[in-house]
Amino acid sequence: METAGSVRAPVPKPHWLNAELTYKCPLHCVFCYNPIDYAKFGPELSTDDWIRVLQQGRELGLVQLGLSGGEPLMRDDLEIIVAEAGRLGYYTNLITSGIGLTEKRIAAFKEGGLNHIQLSFQDSTREMNDWLSSTKTFELKKRAAELIQKYDYPMVFNCVMHRHNLDHTKEILEMAETLGAEYVELANTQFYAWAMKNRDQLMPTRDQLQRAEAVTNAFRERVGDKMKIYFVHPDYYETRPKACMNGWGSIFLNVAADGVALPCHEARMLPGIEFPNVRDHDLKWIWNESPAFGTYRGDTWMQEPCRSCPEKEKDFGGCRCQAFMLTGDATNADPVCDLSPHHHLITEQVEKAQRPQLPANTKPIVFRDDRNSRALAAGEQPPVTTA
Amino acid sequence: MATPKRVPFDHDTPIAIAKYYRFQWEPAQECHVLLFPEGMVQLPGSGGEIFKRIDGARSLNAIVAELEQAYPEAGSLRADVVDFLEVAHGNGWIRTSAGA
Ligand code: SF4
Ligand code: SF4
Repeated sequence: METAGSVRAPVPKPHWLNAELTYKCPLHCVFCYNPIDYAKFGPELSTDDWIRVLQQGRELGLVQLGLSGGEPLMRDDLEIIVAEAGRLGYYTNLITSGIGLTEKRIAAFKEGGLNHIQLSFQDSTREMNDWLSSTKTFELKKRAAELIQKYDYPMVFNCVMHRHNLDHTKEILEMAETLGAEYVELANTQFYAWAMKNRDQLMPTRDQLQRAEAVTNAFRERVGDKMKIYFVHPDYYETRPKACMNGWGSIFLNVAADGVALPCHEARMLPGIEFPNVRDHDLKWIWNESPAFGTYRGDTWMQEPCRSCPEKEKDFGGCRCQAFMLTGDATNADPVCDLSPHHHLITEQVEKAQRPQLPANTKPIVFRDDRNSRALAAGEQPPVTTA
Repeated sequence: MATPKRVPFDHDTPIAIAKYYRFQWEPAQECHVLLFPEGMVQLPGSGGEIFKRIDGARSLNAIVAELEQAYPEAGSLRADVVDFLEVAHGNGWIRTSAGA
């Protein structure tokens, strides 16, 4: 917090804007990173709101733009938003499941200056069999992939990995190959939001991870330069935390569907911080002046062991949200760090996950949908929806 | 991103900025940047000066000659340009017109 006369460190210049255009989504991923109580949030920003945000963002120096959600294709003004972003000089990335992508739309995106499309494999638990074998999902992805190639975009696939699909790594990679992927990201689940709700269900075993990585390495060897494959480990299996967002309020600005501006997708969960809304403030104020964005900038907020740790410049003490979720205090070290006195909270979960079968009393998996979100927002245990 | 590795290439072949990459001046950051899918690198100072000249027609040799003419006081710039561009090539930021 600022006090009169205190010396303020220069505020870093951001370059990344992520626009979570909507929380509407036709899918129900059990690892979804959207807030579990999204159903109670206020109305979505209008087209004009987004255009204003994009303009203010460029003035602030933001240059990489992510268009995500939910499913951004659920907004029928996406063409307008893309075109404005193109006009303003953003490098624009669309993050989509491909559902709702038509030739007419992709042609308009190209025309408007969209630079990149990331196609995600999703809903892999509910439709495990469908997803891996059935024609339905495959055909849908195939159509999207063909359009992406036809309009001369790089073919980038992302798949979130977890206990229920790591053993299918080979099939997943082969599917990506068949679809002509140039880049494949196998990103292990990060345990936030819906994935945190489903942590017991999704946490992989050490064996699974090792096998999946071996499969990935063998595949890499076979395909060579044709495909670039990234395998992102789950941080629960690490002993140092990720440099989350490259530090709070350092390069990244997220604007949620309802206009709330956040230093990361998950930050809304943190108590005691009033996150500003782009309806009430411009991005310059939000980035430079708002108390929310200053909360965990720099390192004065840190406790031991981070405060005196030589590695704090490298990882910034890890993720504030993870520290809060697991220890109840966002100023603690991220418990992924084995120097943290709370590291056992991580290792206990990892050890628990080594059981080959989940015990019968494991909480049932919760799908991300409006009904469950409303229940969670009301503090109830969600009903288990079945498709 | 993988660790940068140097990948040498022919100094007489024209070089271009790689497909899907975009190079631009960012006034708010007072810096040239290279943009690519989900990523950005800042190219301050000489990096930006070199990149400005990559247009699919000039070769490394041509760029060195131009820079030495523009900055006569700097002396020989070849070693720096080669260092920078071999790493840029290894990172996949540039390609030779012959292909990779
Ligand atoms: S993770 Fe799945 S459910 Fe969540 S927004 Fe993305 S596609 Fe929709
Ligand atoms: S103690 Fe804190 S700063 Fe040091 S390595 Fe662990 S998380 Fe990072």
